[in-house]
Amino acid sequence: MRGAGAAAEAEVVLEARDIVKHYGATRALKGVNFSVHRGSVTTLFGENGAGKSTLMKILSGVEQPTSGTIVLDGEPVTFADTNRAREHGIAIIHQELSLAPNLSIRDNIFLGREISGPTGVDFAEENRQTAELLEGMRLDADPTTPVGDLRVGQQQIVEIARALSIDARILIMDEPTSALAATEVEILFGIIADLKARGVSLVYISHHLEEALRVTDHAVVLRDGSMTARSTRAEIDLGWIVRHMVGENFDLGSPPEGHEMTEPVLQVQNLSIRDPDVPDRAVVDDLSLDVRGGEIVCLYGLMGAGRTELLEAVAGRGEVIAGSIRYRGEQLHDESIGRRIEMGIGLVPEDRQRDGLVQTMSIAHNLTLASIRQFLTRGLLSRRKEATLVERIVKDVTVKTSDPSLGIGSLSGGNQQKVVIGKVLATVPGVLLLDEPSRGIDIGAKAEVFGLLAEYARQGLAVVYSTSEVEESLSIAHRIIVLHRGRISAEFGPDADKEDIMAASGESVTV
Amino acid sequence: MTSTATADSRLKKLDVSKLLVEGRAFLALAVIIVVFTILSPNYLTVNNVLIMSSHVAIFALLSLGMLMVVLTGGIDLSVGSTLGFSAVVGGYLLKGVPIAMFGVTLYPSVPVAVLISVAVGGLIGLINGVLVARFNVAPFVATLGMLYVVRGAALLMTDGLTVNGIQGDPALGNTGFEWLGFNRILGIPVGVIIMAVVALGIALLLSRTTFGRWLYATGGNDRAAQLSGVPVRTVKVWVYVISGLCSAIAGLVLASTLTSASPNAGNTYELTAIAAVVIGGAVLSGGRGNVRGTLLGAFVIGFLSDGLVIVGMSEYWQTVFVGAVIVVAVLLNNLQYGGRGRRGAKKTASKPERKTVPAAGDVDANGAGIDEADSAAGREDPDPGTSRRTADAGPGPSPDAPSHRDGGTSGPPDASRDEDTTS
Repeated sequence: MRGAGAAAEAEVVLEARDIVKHYGATRALKGVNFSVHRGSVTTLFGENGAGKSTLMKILSGVEQPTSGTIVLDGEPVTFADTNRAREHGIAIIHQELSLAPNLSIRDNIFLGREISGPTGVDFAEENRQTAELLEGMRLDADPTTPVGDLRVGQQQIVEIARALSIDARILIMDEPTSALAATEVEILFGIIADLKARGVSLVYISHHLEEALRVTDHAVVLRDGSMTARSTRAEIDLGWIVRHMVGENFDLGSPPEGHEMTEPVLQVQNLSIRDPDVPDRAVVDDLSLDVRGGEIVCLYGLMGAGRTELLEAVAGRGEVIAGSIRYRGEQLHDESIGRRIEMGIGLVPEDRQRDGLVQTMSIAHNLTLASIRQFLTRGLLSRRKEATLVERIVKDVTVKTSDPSLGIGSLSGGNQQKVVIGKVLATVPGVLLLDEPSRGIDIGAKAEVFGLLAEYARQGLAVVYSTSEVEESLSIAHRIIVLHRGRISAEFGPDADKEDIMAASGESVTV
Repeated sequence: MTSTATADSRLKKLDVSKLLVEGRAFLALAVIIVVFTILSPNYLTVNNVLIMSSHVAIFALLSLGMLMVVLTGGIDLSVGSTLGFSAVVGGYLLKGVPIAMFGVTLYPSVPVAVLISVAVGGLIGLINGVLVARFNVAPFVATLGMLYVVRGAALLMTDGLTVNGIQGDPALGNTGFEWLGFNRILGIPVGVIIMAVVALGIALLLSRTTFGRWLYATGGNDRAAQLSGVPVRTVKVWVYVISGLCSAIAGLVLASTLTSASPNAGNTYELTAIAAVVIGGAVLSGGRGNVRGTLLGAFVIGFLSDGLVIVGMSEYWQTVFVGAVIVVAVLLNNLQYGGRGRRGAKKTASKPERKTVPAAGDVDANGAGIDEADSAAGREDPDPGTSRRTADAGPGPSPDAPSHRDGGTSGPPDASRDEDTTS
C-alpha cells in the first residue's frame, strides 16, 4: 500500500484515512478517504447533508473523528482544537465570515497575536505587514479601514489575508463565492491562482458546480457520508459530478395527478424585494409567478437566489419595493403576518430552529401556536378543543411521539419539521409555502414530508416549496421554476433533465 | 417488553428530577419555616404568618408583574420607582388637589384616587413598553431610564417630603384608604387577598388565554412567534403595562399600610422582585417561569428576612443571609438547567432546551440577577428609614421601616399603625 502510492505521496500534503464520524445514532461520515495535493485545489462536491461540512470540521480541528486518521506530511496527527490545526498550517474560512466588523482590517488580521513593541502594540509594524498582505491580495484599502465598511467580497479577502498571515499551507474555503458578485468571484479566483503558485494547497467547497469546475484540480464527491467518486479535473465534467452527487437511490414521489386544478390562488406580479443586507440591491428582481390550487411548484435555486426572500414576502416579512402579490384575487398591501395566516397564507420557514419552533414550549403548544384562536371558548383556551386539534394534526402529519405535551426538543429533526408543517396546516391554509422543507432531515422523513405535500395538493392546496437539491425538484412538483440572482432563469416540467436544471440555476449564466 | 420497562424507569427518574427542579423553591421555604419554628416559638403562629404574608404581598405583586416581563425575555427595573410614584400620586390626590384658577381644592374619593394612581402605573408601563417594542430600546436601558425619571418625578412632586396623614377626613368624604393595608377579610389582610387575586388573574392569563400563550412564545423564540402570526410587539407593550399596574397596586397597599406615601418608597425593590422571579425558576432569557414559582420565590425571601428579624439576628447578618440564599437558589437553577442542556434534547424528554440560547447566556443573565438581588436584600431594610430621616429632617426612628418590617413581626399591627398616624 505505502510502496504503491510512494510516487503520489510526494505531493499529497494532507490525507484523511477512513474517517468515521457519528453524532449519537446519526452516521455523518462512513469511512471517507480524502487527500489534498500541494499547490492545487481539491474540490469537495456533495448535496446538503452529504457530510462535506463535517469532514471539513474534522480536518480543521473543530470536531474529532469517531475513528480514522489524519496524515499530515506523512505523519499521523490529531488536532485537539482549531488552534492545534492552525499551528500545523491548516486554516478554514467559513461561509459566515468571522471578522469583527467594528475593528479595522489591521486589528482583525492581528487579533489575538498583536505585535508588541516597547510602548504597547506596535501599530506601525502591524500596518506595514497588513499593507503588504493586502497588496499581495490586490485589495486597495487602508489597513485602518473598519472591516464593516468593506464589501462582502473584500471582507472575504481580508479573511484570506488573515489566514495567510499565520502561514497557512492548507486553506479550506467553505462556499466562498455564495455572497460574492460576479466581479468579486473573478478576483477571488485570481487570488486562488496566486496562492497555488505560492505552494498553498486549497480545499474548496461549493454548490456552484460550474464555478468550482473552473478552479479545481481534483474532485471528490460525497453522498450520504460516503465518498462516491474521486478524479482529476481532466477526466470529469458537470454530468460526472451530478451523477455521483445525486445517485439514483431514493424515490421522492411523483407529481400527484387526476385532480382538478383551480384558478390561480397566489399571483405574484413584477415583484421586487429589497435585500436586507445591501439596501440598494433587490434580492428578488421583477419576478412574476402564478400558483393554482392543487398545484405543486418547486423553486429551485442556489443560496442567495432569492427563494427565501420571495416566500417570506408573500407571508408578510421583508420589504417589497415594487410589484404586487394577490391571494385569491385580493391584493395584499401591509397586512400583518397574523392577518395573512388568517387569510390562508402559511409559511414553513427555512431555519426550523430559528424561525419555526419555540424551543421552550411543548410539541402540542408549538402545533397550535398559529391556530390558537380556533379553540377559544368564551375568551379562554379550551383544553379539550386544543387536545382534539393536536391529536388530529399529530395523526395527519404522522409526528412520532408518545406524548405531545413533551418538549419539542424530544423529537428528531424530521419530526420537528412535521410539527412546523402541522402548525401551518392547522391554520387551514389555501397556499402552503415551504422554504427548504427537507433541510436537516433524513431521507426517510424527506419522503414522508413530500408524500404529505402531494396528498394535500390533491385535496386542492396550492403548494410552493424551495430546494437547492435537484433530486428534490424532480419529485412531486408539477412545475420547476429555477431562480438565479433574484430572477426566474428557466422553467421546467416534471420530466426535465437534472443537468439542465443545475445549469440554469448557476454559473453557466454568469460565467 | 424491555422497551416499556426502560421507558417506565426513565419516566420515574424524570419525575424525581422534575420534582426536584420544580420543588426547589418549595423545599427552601419548608426548610426556612422549620428552622425558624425551632428557633422561635412565635414564628409559626397564625398571626405572625399573616403579618409576614402581608409583607410578602408587596414584593409578590411586584414580582408577578416582573414575571410577565421576564417571560418575554425583558426586564423591568422601574417597578420600585413606579411603586413609589403611584403611592405619592395617591397620597397627593387624597390630600386634596388645589385648583388655583377657581380657588378651590378638589378632594377625590378613595376609589377615584386609587384608580388614578393605578392608571399612572399603567401609563409608566406603557412608556416602557413603547420604548422597548416600538423603538427597540434594550429593556434594561429603557426601564433603567424610567427608574430615574419616575423616582425624580416623585421627589419633585413632594419636594422630597413624605406625604403624611392620607387617611382622609370624614367631612370631605375621602376616608377609607387605610382599608387596603389594614383591614382583614375573614382574618386575612386585604393586601394578601389582593396579592392572591392578582396572582390568580395572572395565572389564568398565562395558562388559559391566547395572550398567555403568545407571551411564552415571544419569550421562547420571538422570530418563530412572529412568523406564526403572534403580534410580538403588542405582547411586549402589554407586559410592561401589566408590570406597571402591579407596581402601582403594590404602591397603594404599601402607602395604605403606612398611611403615608414616601417618594423614596420602593427603592431597590425591583431587585428583590427580580430575585423572587429567578428563585421561582424563571429564566431571564425568557420563555420559562410560572406564577406558582414566583410566589414561592417571594415567600422565600420574605419569610427568611422576617425570620431573621424575629430571632434577633443582626441587621448586617440578615443582609449576608438573604444574599447567600439567593445565590444558592440561583446556582441550583443554573446547575439544573446547565446539566439538562448538556445531556441533550434527545435523552431528556422532560422539558425542551433552548438550543438557540447558549448556556453561557443564561448563566450571565442569572449572574446579574444574583448581584442585584444581593444588594436589594441588603438595602431593603435600612434604606426607606434613612431616606425618610433625611427627607423629614426629623430625629428618631423612622415610622416607615419598622412598621413595614420590624413592627409587623415583633408587635401587633395596630401598634405600628398608631405609631404611623402619630408621626
